[in-house]
Amino acid sequence: MSASLPRVSASVAMPKGSLQQVFDNLRAAGYTLVGPTVRDSAIVLDEIDGLDDLPQGWTDEQQPAHYRLKKAPDNQYFSYGVGPHSWKQFLHPSRLRLFSVEKNNGSWTIRPSQEPPPRYAFIGVRACDVAAIGIQDRVLIGSEFRDPHYAARREQVFVLAVNCSHSGATCFCASMKTGPKVTGGFDLALTELPDIFLVEIGSEAGAEVLGDVPWEAATAFDLGRASRVIQRAERQDGRHMLTDDLPDVLYENLESPQWDEVATRCLSCANCTLVCPTCFCTTVEDVSNLRATSAERIRVADSCFNRDFSHVHGGNSRPTIRSRYRQWLTHKLASWIDQFGTSGCVGCGRCITWCPVGIEITEEVNAIRAKGGK
Amino acid sequence: MSTAFLTSEVRKPIDPMLPHLATIQDVKPTAVGISMFSLVFADPEERANYRFQAGQFNMLYLPGAGEVAISLSSDPGQPEVLGHTIRDAGSVTRAIGRLKAGDVIGVRGPYGSAWPLNKTRGSNLVIVAGGIGLAPLRPVILSILRQRSAYGQVVLLYGARTPADLLYTDEFDQWRQGGIDVQVTVDLGEESWRGLVGVVPQLFYRIRIDHKKTAVMACGPEIMMRFVIYEALARRIPKDRIYISMERNMKCAVGFCGHCQFGPTFICKQGPVLNFAAIEPFFGKEDF
Amino acid sequence: MASEARPKLAVYKFSSCDGCQLALLNLEDELLSLVGAVEIAYFLEASSATLPGPYDVALVEGSVTTAEDVERIHAIRKDAKCLMTIGACATTGGIQALRNWKDVNEFIRCVYARPEYIHTLKDSTPISKHVKVDLELNGCPINKVQALEVLTALLQGRAPHLPPHAVCMECKRRGTVCVTVAQGIACLGPLTHAGCGALCPSYNRGCYGCFGPMENPNPDSLAAHLLSTGVSRSHVIQLLRGFTGYSDAFRAASDKLERIAQ
Repeated sequence: MSASLPRVSASVAMPKGSLQQVFDNLRAAGYTLVGPTVRDSAIVLDEIDGLDDLPQGWTDEQQPAHYRLKKAPDNQYFSYGVGPHSWKQFLHPSRLRLFSVEKNNGSWTIRPSQEPPPRYAFIGVRACDVAAIGIQDRVLIGSEFRDPHYAARREQVFVLAVNCSHSGATCFCASMKTGPKVTGGFDLALTELPDIFLVEIGSEAGAEVLGDVPWEAATAFDLGRASRVIQRAERQDGRHMLTDDLPDVLYENLESPQWDEVATRCLSCANCTLVCPTCFCTTVEDVSNLRATSAERIRVADSCFNRDFSHVHGGNSRPTIRSRYRQWLTHKLASWIDQFGTSGCVGCGRCITWCPVGIEITEEVNAIRAKGGK
Repeated sequence: MSTAFLTSEVRKPIDPMLPHLATIQDVKPTAVGISMFSLVFADPEERANYRFQAGQFNMLYLPGAGEVAISLSSDPGQPEVLGHTIRDAGSVTRAIGRLKAGDVIGVRGPYGSAWPLNKTRGSNLVIVAGGIGLAPLRPVILSILRQRSAYGQVVLLYGARTPADLLYTDEFDQWRQGGIDVQVTVDLGEESWRGLVGVVPQLFYRIRIDHKKTAVMACGPEIMMRFVIYEALARRIPKDRIYISMERNMKCAVGFCGHCQFGPTFICKQGPVLNFAAIEPFFGKEDF
Repeated sequence: MASEARPKLAVYKFSSCDGCQLALLNLEDELLSLVGAVEIAYFLEASSATLPGPYDVALVEGSVTTAEDVERIHAIRKDAKCLMTIGACATTGGIQALRNWKDVNEFIRCVYARPEYIHTLKDSTPISKHVKVDLELNGCPINKVQALEVLTALLQGRAPHLPPHAVCMECKRRGTVCVTVAQGIACLGPLTHAGCGALCPSYNRGCYGCFGPMENPNPDSLAAHLLSTGVSRSHVIQLLRGFTGYSDAFRAASDKLERIAQ
């Protein structure tokens, strides 16, 4: 037990029940807690109050187009894999009013959205999702233009990460080199052991939150147990993405017959893009009242699988499912690297689990390689 | 707080999506269903500070109707008045088409890349335009006219569907007097038409130019640009001396919405003016 | 819009349940400003007072099922500058189009004591089968917010915002967990035109496609997947043959499944 705060990058052991105290401290510091909770037959992300809201004793079974909530063999808090939601719904909301306009005497008054941005503490962020947040950072605030709505949310977020103790059948974070261990971009990172949480301190803010929480320096025994838990998760990764020559192999196979094949199965329903934690595309809806005296611009999540996405005067630049699937896959795994210096895929497996017909991104890449003779 | 992940320092939140108010100074019919709208910013400071380069575009906004990307077609040397040549093509441009002098419109910009007017100094220029594709090239022509001696031979190859679809015909004489060889063709002539009938790329056969010292700037339908590139390459004009201006769906113009991607290129940021050598692997791919 | 030049609106009913007209009347709060902006010249469900045409906008509810219907829809078309269908019946033939797969005379004999008084066409068909339709509003019933959006857009001379993508977009935007993937419930959402706000899945039910096919539906793939997960062929056919079962895409897919079964 220590009176002083742990150092940044130190690892400490904490009784499991003390996580509630961490939550209380975060709330006292003005954070709204968002974390995993059981709802609608799945482990979703939502506002939570305390430990009771966490999916203790629950896990999931995931396969292509298949997710089932299940009782876990243990009674741990974080024995599940990533679910249907991702943190982008809080940092890059699917619906956001950009501004409203009032028309008066021939001129207009433009009113930007004035709502103060929420101050979130994210509870239970997995390594793949920490990486995904880092990727959206590059897209939305990493260049000459900055999305002020994303920036306002992002800059105040507190990240309480969790190292995965088991991986799902659709996971492939290890091959994308994003997990299962969280290696940066967090304030606190937990590894759940049967009796304690091992807590790695990632920032001053993380250390401060431990304030009055009882902790002890982690022993070599604890560190060893934690590292074995993560290694087991890594071995369990159910899928593998062969990333060798990935940008080139896709650019060289833009006319692969595999695009036609996958187009017979793909529904162009956009689910993969919406569950993807890095897909960032949006469109804008313009609404007005009947007399056209006031109007709003609302930004909503969009998808390259929708027809209007590629509408141009006199036609559509991607009129077929084939061309849209090709756009999504080549962007995610190839042109994203040219644009942002990183792959757009973190290996979370959501696009595989939540595709209504179970199309597997890893298998599609394999098929393109095979048909391209590579 | 996890700021290690933030790649740039915290700056004042300026929303690049907010339009700025401008007033329509003048609407001039330019061809059938096409007018040139001259805009002036309402804020004097903005009017004084706004600068643009030939080839760049603005996002024009009308409440309730939405936003549309329109290239600047006026003289970059006179940036206090912004000229936009607009065709009634979609929901937003139709709404803009109903506006008249004195009406208010939202503007944000300028965005995108410019035609390489500095890089091509001293070269011959073949400017190729199809239909409304002449609009983003008009600033090039006006810039050249102000410093004609900085360039070698300058040829404009221009075509449209019919004579009534040709833009800026009242300016052609002035351009010719300024030292630009203006060659015009139409796809479909009519009785009173005394000019050429045929597609734009064929005009390459009418010019005598030292291709080794030539750069091409082209804007028009993609199929036209494909043939322009074919003709240019056939004349041994190097790939990296061929520039085209491309169009894709665009919702934000600042790289957030994702709509305008063309392979690794965001048309709104690296484009709309692109060097052919850089996009060759993707250009002309079906439905890309 | 100045009150002296209010556009004239007419609302007509064909074979239907009146639910879409009721959705219009359910606009309540917005109805008063709507009446200020347009002149409701013909709307028997709301008022027996009518004004003569021509009309700027004609809203048509219901499908064509009798010879008289055919004559009437042509007359309506002539009298209307803009003709818009409202709802699944007018847009795809409606639930009553299920008879198109059966012998309608047999139904008449079963249902009516004096079948000789009943004169009906063999098929229930959408309005677009008979006249040019300018705009289609989907749904059973239509969504009143979409109805208001269309009328607002028409008044302002802009394109209405009616995204033709899948219902899945609406589920995901509101954070609804996919009922198919998480619960194994057969759902037509990936094939179905958005507009309802993903109502059924938000109540843990599968979408039954009442807004009709989305922009580029791929029903063969979804059907094959449902069959592979153990859903019976008859159930899939039944699912496709619902309120918009006679739409081209759903009809082709269900007919194909039936042919394979035979």
